[in-house]
Amino acid sequence: MAIGSRALATADLRGAGRLARAREWWEQEHVFGYGLILPAFVLLACLVAYPFGMAIYFSLSDYWVGSPGAFVGFANFRDIFGNEVFLQTVRNSFVFTAIALTCKAVLGVWLALLLVRNLRGKRLLRGAVLLPWVIPTALSTLGWQWMISAPGPNWLGMSGYAMAAVITVNVWRGLPFFAITVLAGLVSIPREYYEAAEVDGASSFERFWHVTLPLLKPVLAVVLLFSTIFTFNDFNIVYVLTRGGPVNSTHLFATLAYQTGLAGGNLGQGAAISLFMLPMLGLVVFFQLRYIRRE
Amino acid sequence: MITGVRSRGARFRSTVFGYANLLPFIFFALFPFYFMLITSFKSNAELYSLKSVPLWIQNGAIVEHYRYLFGRTEFLTWIKNSLIISVTATSISLVIALLAGYSLARLRFRGVGSFGTAVFITYLVPPTLLFLPLSQVVNWLGISDKIWALIVTYPTFLVPFSTWLLMGYFRTIPREIEECALVDGASRMQTLLRIALPMAIPGIVCVILFGFTLTWNEFIYALTFVSQSTNKTAIVGVTADLIRGDIYYWGSLMAGAVLASVPVVVCYVFFLDYYVSGLTAGAVKG
Repeated sequence: MAIGSRALATADLRGAGRLARAREWWEQEHVFGYGLILPAFVLLACLVAYPFGMAIYFSLSDYWVGSPGAFVGFANFRDIFGNEVFLQTVRNSFVFTAIALTCKAVLGVWLALLLVRNLRGKRLLRGAVLLPWVIPTALSTLGWQWMISAPGPNWLGMSGYAMAAVITVNVWRGLPFFAITVLAGLVSIPREYYEAAEVDGASSFERFWHVTLPLLKPVLAVVLLFSTIFTFNDFNIVYVLTRGGPVNSTHLFATLAYQTGLAGGNLGQGAAISLFMLPMLGLVVFFQLRYIRRE
Repeated sequence: MITGVRSRGARFRSTVFGYANLLPFIFFALFPFYFMLITSFKSNAELYSLKSVPLWIQNGAIVEHYRYLFGRTEFLTWIKNSLIISVTATSISLVIALLAGYSLARLRFRGVGSFGTAVFITYLVPPTLLFLPLSQVVNWLGISDKIWALIVTYPTFLVPFSTWLLMGYFRTIPREIEECALVDGASRMQTLLRIALPMAIPGIVCVILFGFTLTWNEFIYALTFVSQSTNKTAIVGVTADLIRGDIYYWGSLMAGAVLASVPVVVCYVFFLDYYVSGLTAGAVKG
């Protein structure tokens, strides 16, 4: 019995030694550091990087839902470039993004300038302004659809009006993001600048143009870049409001990719279409990393 | 003296100017919700009559559309699915992001900078770029058409966002406190859990709120990966299953839209300041 307990004790000791060594190893800064990012790394590698690679492979193959595809090179890209619907989608995307972004930027700065004033009920006002951003977009877009089409002419059936409607809802949904972020930028501008400008006799417009706007530039750049991505890649609003119609006049890359790849089952071509969102994304990432994160 | 008088008049005018100019924005922001709300209480006869006034309820409010929603559709199942998915996906993402965020903000090791950049780039990758291949991945994993498909895929956008947000919070904690704890013999994990974590609580609350909101509101994955009605989320259930064929039942649609927004609105009303700070932190600190 005595021997048994001694054997147990040494085994325990050896175990403890191993444990201590393992702990020591784990306590090293780089081991601990890698250990902590491991779950995130695995997740992003398997469910973002890998699918991204698949998207590229799909785009180069004639992959259909339920049938393994073969490599076909750039055939999908050739096909979509010869497709009038795709070319229309490219035009739509740029018109949509350019107009919606301009409206959001101009109105957003204006709204932020109004919200930064020391008005009574400031918190309530901000809460109301931010609400469209919080409510599920698909549902609020349904509300818009009803509001636009409620007994009366079928506005969403006319291409010009349909595009205007899609842009309006996007501006409605995205304006809070602009306004609230610019507001945060405005709050951080020291009051002394304005006082100095006032002493110099600058009008309120001059103060805005020469003091506010230059100091707001970094914040504005970030918001614009973020919003470019989100606007360019919009899916919910178009899908719910028009499904890309009438006659494809409101299709964006995401909705066309959905229609071709999933509803139509042509995954290869769908992937090729969705990859056209990539150059825009790349450009934005480039600017972000190059100019903005440097500060 | 003179400036005092002038500024009082100017201040009054500026206040009036402020409210007058804010009014259209507030109207623009809130009117659709008002319209949705009154629609959900109108009778069908009034909804589709060309002679009715769209701006208010003329013939008395009814709760028929809500009763229909609870009695004749899967609405409660959709809400339950959404709750399970949002809570699970947010919890998983929070744990993963806490570990990664702490590591990237605090520890020094090779490759920490490039991994931080990678997280930032994945944060910018929109779900619309990945939904096609992910639908195949979900198929291979054998979880397509199940709520697991969403629990597994939602962390792909939550983790980058949350990691990025938490990195900002961890950076504001003074390094000295943690170093003291390490010198006193605490392990690195203890230091993380007992010292860094409590100080990052505002960030954690932010991650939970945004995680819940983003997953609850998510649309394209939920639409793509799940087609069986009883496994749908509230948002997709309302937008897809309440429309039969080409016929829109606007009363019940709006009732569903109003009710499915309630959980998010409740969070929002109680934690408004967190939403504002999270929104600006996510974008501006990036």
